[in-house]
Amino acid sequence: MHPAIQGLLTIVIGVGACVGYFYLSNQFLDKVLFPAKGPHAGRNINRANIIRPWLFLFPALFALCLYLAYPVFETLRMSVTDRDQDGAFVGLANYSQMLSEPKFWEAMRNNMMWLVVVPAASTAFGLLAAQLTDRIRWGNIAKSLIFMPMAISFVGAAVIWKLVYDARPPGTEQIGILNAIYVGLTGNDPQQWLTLPIWNNFFLMAVLIWIQTGFAMVILSAALRGIPEETVEAAIVDGANPFQIFFKIKVPQIMGTIVVVWTTITIVVLKVFDIVFAMTNGQWETQVLANYMYDKLFRANDWGVGSAAAIVIMLLVTPILVWNVYNARKEMR
Amino acid sequence: MDNIAGTKSSLTWAVHISVAVLVALWLFPTVGLLVSSFRTADQIATSGWWKSMFPSEQNLTLRTADPAIQVQTGGMFVIEGELFEEGSPAVISVWGTSSREIDAYTPGQTAELKEGTITVQADGAYRMESPTEMTGSRGQRVFVTAELPPEFTFENYSKVLFSGDNTDSLAKAFFNTLTVTIPATIIPIVIAAFAAYALAWMDFPGRALLVAFVVALLVVPLQLALIPLLKLHLGIGIGKGYLGVWLAHTGFGLPLAIYLLRNYMVGLPRDIIENARVDGATDFQIFVKIILPLSFPALASFAIFQFLWTWNDLLVALVFLIDSTGQTTVMTKQIVELLGTRGGNWEILATAAFVSISVPLVVFFAMQRYLVRGLLAGSVK
Repeated sequence: MHPAIQGLLTIVIGVGACVGYFYLSNQFLDKVLFPAKGPHAGRNINRANIIRPWLFLFPALFALCLYLAYPVFETLRMSVTDRDQDGAFVGLANYSQMLSEPKFWEAMRNNMMWLVVVPAASTAFGLLAAQLTDRIRWGNIAKSLIFMPMAISFVGAAVIWKLVYDARPPGTEQIGILNAIYVGLTGNDPQQWLTLPIWNNFFLMAVLIWIQTGFAMVILSAALRGIPEETVEAAIVDGANPFQIFFKIKVPQIMGTIVVVWTTITIVVLKVFDIVFAMTNGQWETQVLANYMYDKLFRANDWGVGSAAAIVIMLLVTPILVWNVYNARKEMR
Repeated sequence: MDNIAGTKSSLTWAVHISVAVLVALWLFPTVGLLVSSFRTADQIATSGWWKSMFPSEQNLTLRTADPAIQVQTGGMFVIEGELFEEGSPAVISVWGTSSREIDAYTPGQTAELKEGTITVQADGAYRMESPTEMTGSRGQRVFVTAELPPEFTFENYSKVLFSGDNTDSLAKAFFNTLTVTIPATIIPIVIAAFAAYALAWMDFPGRALLVAFVVALLVVPLQLALIPLLKLHLGIGIGKGYLGVWLAHTGFGLPLAIYLLRNYMVGLPRDIIENARVDGATDFQIFVKIILPLSFPALASFAIFQFLWTWNDLLVALVFLIDSTGQTTVMTKQIVELLGTRGGNWEILATAAFVSISVPLVVFFAMQRYLVRGLLAGSVK
């Protein structure tokens, strides 16, 4: 069967099954199990209303538990077992093997650099863009254009930036803009930017910063507009200059939003995989955790160490997870 | 707000310029790819894309017409013609007849050949004269340095989209991506909408706990799910294929869907829902007839997110979809492969990448309003 027809059928069956499930299970509850008539009508309605939320929730809960909650525990289990020994319990052997690999420490070091640089730079550029574009007439067009990379896939972005970083042999005309500028300004030989250890990490980070700045800008710009005007007016009356207004009046008031943006980008950074996979594949000391894990799982077929790496990523995410849950609960009260 | 009485707008120009620089910086890489996708392989390899907008000076090797067309006038054998195709606005600055001296003559000068002479004008018109009959089967080579106007081609696109060549053709991967994307966008919306309604408007014990559970799952890295779920899929017979990738995307998209939709539904006016209850509507009716139509903006913003995410995804497709036959490859995977095997063929790479990002870009610019609204609902809290 042609996949397109298969896809169409899946939509029809999937959506039909979902709607059918909700409709029929509700009908069953109201008409058969606890009909709202007869001697126990009142009691039946109450009972039906106790059960109904779970009918609405069941498919979602089932999928969430199966696709996200269960894998966390299964990965934890696999990280302390060995696939070659038929899944025998090996304690922390996978972890100690992982910790003894230089590639893992390289990935950790790079990830830490990513964690510091990317959220900081994206938030800073986003804040700058938000503040500047709010003040001019063509600001909305400027915003859309800065926001645009959000729609581009990491793989597409990797191709775009590989062209920027392209290097041709010395003496020939450079087709990568970075080398063209570099050679034009300094007269040195062109550089293979992606193979320069340490620095190449920053060239990869530039790609993610380029993508994430738009996200930071959109959210921070909404927050900036939500600042009460009186506070800014009062500062102006008191003789504050534009920089003082921005750093001492506006930024402190949107600190909460800045933190949200920062943590959201932090999570993206921890999961970053496609950019490194497509541009260097972890060569030349650019390995990151997610790509290290992919290497272990699907190239080395070492599920134990791969799972251990996944657990490390999970541990790094956990503080943000706890903080988010804490905030959500505070808000619901 | 910054323009109220008493403030100077001396910084306005600085602001305009900084924004222009920022926009240029952000736009430049993408424009480079777009321009490159309309250039031939030679053009890409010999000059930077930023130079393609302007006329450029190039060294060309051209040939005059065969001696077969020579005519005899007044005791001389003559060949006349044009070096360039008709209508070409190219302008020759210097020319030569030997590869060692390509800049020996200026237009209008006459060069001595083995048999006879040749005169070349700036617009490429030439006249060869010889007292004896010219021999040989091919025309005389002429080396010219000429100013050529910008030139663009659609050839790359026709090659990438319609050639049917397995390594270069994206047409199949395009449809595969579409096949992955559409069900993976629609199904989670249906499931999440019901759950979000229950979490927003139905009273039951444990509701707050479930909301917290969804919030927690929002940040769980999907890397954790790869191996356990692949094992599960292989175990229950789904294997690698479309069904698996649809289910995986559904599962991974649900937390955001439920969270976004619940946040939106909570904000709907309580009166409407309570009036409907008093009038005897069941929860199912309230949901279908009131909540769903009112939640359209939230549904749209999640749909855009999920569409962009599934279209741009590489990891989930690599793990759950693409088997060893490669029949179900998606565009992102194919581009990564091109990067590996054809790292130097920028014309193919640029065109393929642009085909794959064009659909999300269209969706992005058409539905930007909903996207922004969704982002704000999803994170500013």
